[in-house]
Amino acid sequence: MSAGSGSRNTNTEPWGSFDDNLIQGGGSAVIDMENMDDTSGSSFEDMGEMHQRMKEEEEVAAEAAATEDDNPDDGEFLGMKGIKGQLGRQVADEVWQAGKRQASKAFNLYANIDILRPYFDVEPVQVRSRLIESMIPVRMINFPQKIAGELYGPLMLVFTLVAILLHGMKTSGTVIREGTLMGTAIGTCFGYWLGVSSFIYFLAYLVNAQITMLQMLSLLGYGLFGHCAVLLITYNIHFHFLFYVLWLLVGGLSTLRMVAALLSRTVGQTPRLLLCGTLSLLHMLFLLYLHFAYHKIVEGLLDTLEGPNLAPMQRVARDVPELTLNATLRNLGASLRVH
Amino acid sequence: MAAAEEASKPFAGLSDVSISEDIPVEGDISVPVGSSRRDDEFSTLDEPVKETILRDLRAVGNKFVHVLYPKRSSALLRDWDLWGPLLLCVTLALLLQGGAADSDDQGGPQFAEVFVIVWFGSIIITLNSKLLGGTISFFQSLCVLGYCIMPLTVAMVVCRIVLMGGSGAVSFAVRLAVVTVSFGWSTFASTAFLADSQPPNRKALVVYPVFLFYFVIGWMILTFSPSQ
Repeated sequence: MSAGSGSRNTNTEPWGSFDDNLIQGGGSAVIDMENMDDTSGSSFEDMGEMHQRMKEEEEVAAEAAATEDDNPDDGEFLGMKGIKGQLGRQVADEVWQAGKRQASKAFNLYANIDILRPYFDVEPVQVRSRLIESMIPVRMINFPQKIAGELYGPLMLVFTLVAILLHGMKTSGTVIREGTLMGTAIGTCFGYWLGVSSFIYFLAYLVNAQITMLQMLSLLGYGLFGHCAVLLITYNIHFHFLFYVLWLLVGGLSTLRMVAALLSRTVGQTPRLLLCGTLSLLHMLFLLYLHFAYHKIVEGLLDTLEGPNLAPMQRVARDVPELTLNATLRNLGASLRVH
Repeated sequence: MAAAEEASKPFAGLSDVSISEDIPVEGDISVPVGSSRRDDEFSTLDEPVKETILRDLRAVGNKFVHVLYPKRSSALLRDWDLWGPLLLCVTLALLLQGGAADSDDQGGPQFAEVFVIVWFGSIIITLNSKLLGGTISFFQSLCVLGYCIMPLTVAMVVCRIVLMGGSGAVSFAVRLAVVTVSFGWSTFASTAFLADSQPPNRKALVVYPVFLFYFVIGWMILTFSPSQ
């Protein structure tokens, strides 16, 4: 309604005539009916819509319809006005449509919550048992394993991972230029979850594995539980040996569980190797990356590794002596000069 | 008594319907005269601006008190507003501003970060509670979560005062204690308000993101160190 009322208040040229139409009523309706023949039938619908939209103008329009028969001969005189009126109406229509689209998009987003609700239909006990099961690989690959299609657990695990990453970034003194820690953490975690899920799903589709996108999201999401546990421990206890043990043990177990589930749903040697190899490689490397990317000790290494390529995300250790910082700056300068 | 008998006359047909004595008959009858008088009372057209602002501030302050004494009252839910949350969020973000060692390029993100964490965090928690079948409206939940940051904002103020004294082990211990208490307080208060609107078997699922949310904020406050 707001677009309609707004259009009446403005006094630019096309709108002005539009106003005239509505106020004078009589003539414009006549011309509109005439013009309808050479434009298209859709202006009839426009007319109908206009009637619905502008409730205040309804009486005027009705009056117009009534007077249509009374003065059919001044159509020639009002021809110009009629065209302008149509232009005005088109503009008004566009404005209205745009506004309506925006509003309905926002509303749909909220209304669509109901569509997502089944995926969040869990009990605390179920979540707990699924978290534990995510660390227990099942050696049954002849019959398709059951994978729960649920999103609460994965989503919460991703948010937990974001929080843990933030913690790791802060304690390691990571400074990210042109970005926030929060944005980077969220981007990394959601990017991994959604990206790898879609990728594996795509691969699974190629090799004809029986898995849905929802199941893939759930499987990978619960697989992040191991990551959360390992990172939470190793961000606080800085033993490399401990990390490697946990990486192999906990990360390996959660990867094995996913691999077993995928194996049971794929047929053939090569597809299995392709699918499970990709997944386990990505999953294990991601844990390795998360640990070392935001860890105190290896920041210098990372600088050299991704210095020139990822200029906007370059990390500068806060605690390293002047010498290293200068080296970093020199690197940056060199890379700038190269560009 | 006579009036009561007269009043029951229109329902003479229902006279054989018996209501046992031990069931109290209750109801709320709104009198039309009262409503017009209330309109006069609430007319804010001719009152001074100061009064309007003060009334709003009083409402916000009143809700602060509700957070400090988190008894299961519905005042925070019934007439929600987002002024209090905005005030608290901006205060917290300003207090956290100017932290970090190299403040020149951490200054911007710090404020934005706090702001984004608070608002997006609340929105995510709210959506989560809606998805789990909560009966609370979107802005009510946002209001409650926003107001319940107050203990953490207070903790931030205390931390800044403590940090002025110095940053040794003792100061860290004090800050840790303060932040832990206020974190617990925030979580407890928000669950006290939000728990009623949730299905009873799923409270743990709703509380977890709330816990995570306040934990992140509390942790940010704890690790805050002012630039020298």
